[in-house]
Amino acid sequence: MECAATVAGIGRMQQDELVDVLEKQCKAIHTDFKRTTIAELPQTVEETVAVYGKKIITAKDDRNEKFGLDLLFDRLRTGGEEVHVWDSKAGKENQIIAERADVGINFSDITLAESGTVTLFNNKDNGRSISLLPENFIAIIPKSTIVPRMTQAAKQIHEAHEQGHMVSSCISFISGPSNSADIEMNLIVGVHGPVRATYIVVDDGD
Amino acid sequence: MGLQIGDTSFKDRVQEGLKNDFMRQAVSSAQGRLRNGRLSAAEELGDWEDWRTLGEEIRTHTMENLDFYLQQLSEQVENRGGNVFFAETAEEANEYIKNVVKKKNGRKVAKSKSMVTEEIGLNEALEDVGAEVVETDLGEWILQLDEDPPSHIVAPALHKNRQQIQETFENKKGYQKTDKPEELALFAREQLRKEFLSADIGITGCNFAVAESGAVTLVTNEGNARLVTALPDTQITVMGMERIVPTWEELDVLVSLLTRAAVGQKLTSYVTSVTGKRLEEEIDGPDDYHLVIVDNGRSKILGTEFQSALHCIRCAACINVCPVYRHVGGHAYGSIYPGPIGAVLTPLLDGYEDHKELPYASTLCAACTEACPVKIPLHEQLIRHREIIVEKENMAPTGEKVAMKGYANWASNPAAYKMSAKMARMALKPWTKHEKISNGPGPLKGWTDVRDFPAPSKQSFRAWFKERQKGEQT
Repeated sequence: MECAATVAGIGRMQQDELVDVLEKQCKAIHTDFKRTTIAELPQTVEETVAVYGKKIITAKDDRNEKFGLDLLFDRLRTGGEEVHVWDSKAGKENQIIAERADVGINFSDITLAESGTVTLFNNKDNGRSISLLPENFIAIIPKSTIVPRMTQAAKQIHEAHEQGHMVSSCISFISGPSNSADIEMNLIVGVHGPVRATYIVVDDGD
Repeated sequence: MGLQIGDTSFKDRVQEGLKNDFMRQAVSSAQGRLRNGRLSAAEELGDWEDWRTLGEEIRTHTMENLDFYLQQLSEQVENRGGNVFFAETAEEANEYIKNVVKKKNGRKVAKSKSMVTEEIGLNEALEDVGAEVVETDLGEWILQLDEDPPSHIVAPALHKNRQQIQETFENKKGYQKTDKPEELALFAREQLRKEFLSADIGITGCNFAVAESGAVTLVTNEGNARLVTALPDTQITVMGMERIVPTWEELDVLVSLLTRAAVGQKLTSYVTSVTGKRLEEEIDGPDDYHLVIVDNGRSKILGTEFQSALHCIRCAACINVCPVYRHVGGHAYGSIYPGPIGAVLTPLLDGYEDHKELPYASTLCAACTEACPVKIPLHEQLIRHREIIVEKENMAPTGEKVAMKGYANWASNPAAYKMSAKMARMALKPWTKHEKISNGPGPLKGWTDVRDFPAPSKQSFRAWFKERQKGEQT
């Protein structure tokens, strides 16, 4: 099928174009959009969190260290904020903390420019509750994770499955905050999931 | 509740719909919005017709190999620690689910919106075993509190206005704020969050199951399906047996068609794919997972001329363009599946006896067929239903049979035809005003109650034609 957005093979230039597509789509899905560099990411996250609240929950993710968020979290803790990193040993306590948290932070695994979608492969270190229970959601989007649309993500999952990799027990495709039009067809942003969302695209140079 | 809603006659239901001014206003504005949303999303995607063709091909292929894909799906789900149950009837499905709930000593069931669970009447069945069932989709929750059936398959509470919703919340849940949608929704969020956290069983429907990996995909905007699949320790997915795609690649195509055709979105806020039980050391997700695959009349449709009705992906695009639905609303159909697809599907699932009027609830304008993202020839199937109702089932109303016979006699007798064409104007004179009849007698009444009927012309066509020919000769 010929469709502009399904054309594969993305060079550097195209990646930047995809960021533009993503930024534009964020307006349609009521999501704040920020661009930053690896060096400035901690500061951008700190500024965003400052608006959203003091209690943070996030995944246990290698990228926290790679992108300098470990240090930010330590600093925030010293400043009196609560930062909980998902800990499977703590059992259901994780859900309770997520329910009380002001903001959940996740790295996007695959980002779909067309629909403004963050894809999360949830696992034992990355609970589904992080992006679901708090009122605010921050997705950190390494620029290298951006693909044109759902087609590329579906292909990737299909191929991984064919190669014998186990598909995550939950794959969450998230496009902005939750919403509903069930009352007189009026769009209400923020129903059961997060009420506000910010995407931070970080130039990871890959 | 089951497939059929209410027990009043089709005529009465239609009358009720026609008299409900708010509902008609709401439906027509919703139709406009949803229809435009679909059209602009289709245009943005580009090559919409190619996508539709691809969607149709995928659905056709899947239905022709349904046994294979269902087998593959159930193996995959079992590999991931899930239990799979094939239910031939609604009763079998309900019985199985009741047993799971009983075994788990389940007290509270959190449900996300699902048409198939409406179809099998699951909520009533669960209440029989003493479980409290909470619908968590905002629209469904409003209807549950109000004990009202859905009137649209995507926007179930379309027929309710904000004052009615405010009143329902006030009477049933002690709500004290205004009728602003934001405040109503915030109240629902607070109330339902408590329910999610205390539910021990989660039940969802299924938009598409992916046969190759056993993933069940749920397409939502509110996030309730995510909560239902993340928090309770026991989870049950109920799916119609046709809601399946071969691989993730076909999932992409059908989800892309669904979200655009249903609500004009590129993707909904949440598309969530869950597979079996939670894995070791995972906290969220169920440790006991059941997939209930419901037949309930579907396999009877396979291999018949109506097979493509099973291609339906429940987007409601046909409902959103239907001029009949626009006027009578969803409840008039007397089925949880309203509109063109409902008129096709309901008699197939539940027999002609109780639903023989539905195929006539259509102008055959074919807007539905044109809107369908997987190209189901809906209006052609409605015509076929009518043929079957008249010829095979012999179910046409006696009045209609007599009238048709009379018409045949009359129309095949030129003298009688000529005479009555002349007489018609005179016979209708008492009801004619300014060349219009607005309060007609007998069978005309049904028509003139809602619109004018033109008075028979002073001159018959034959007479006019004769005169015209004369004119040409001179």
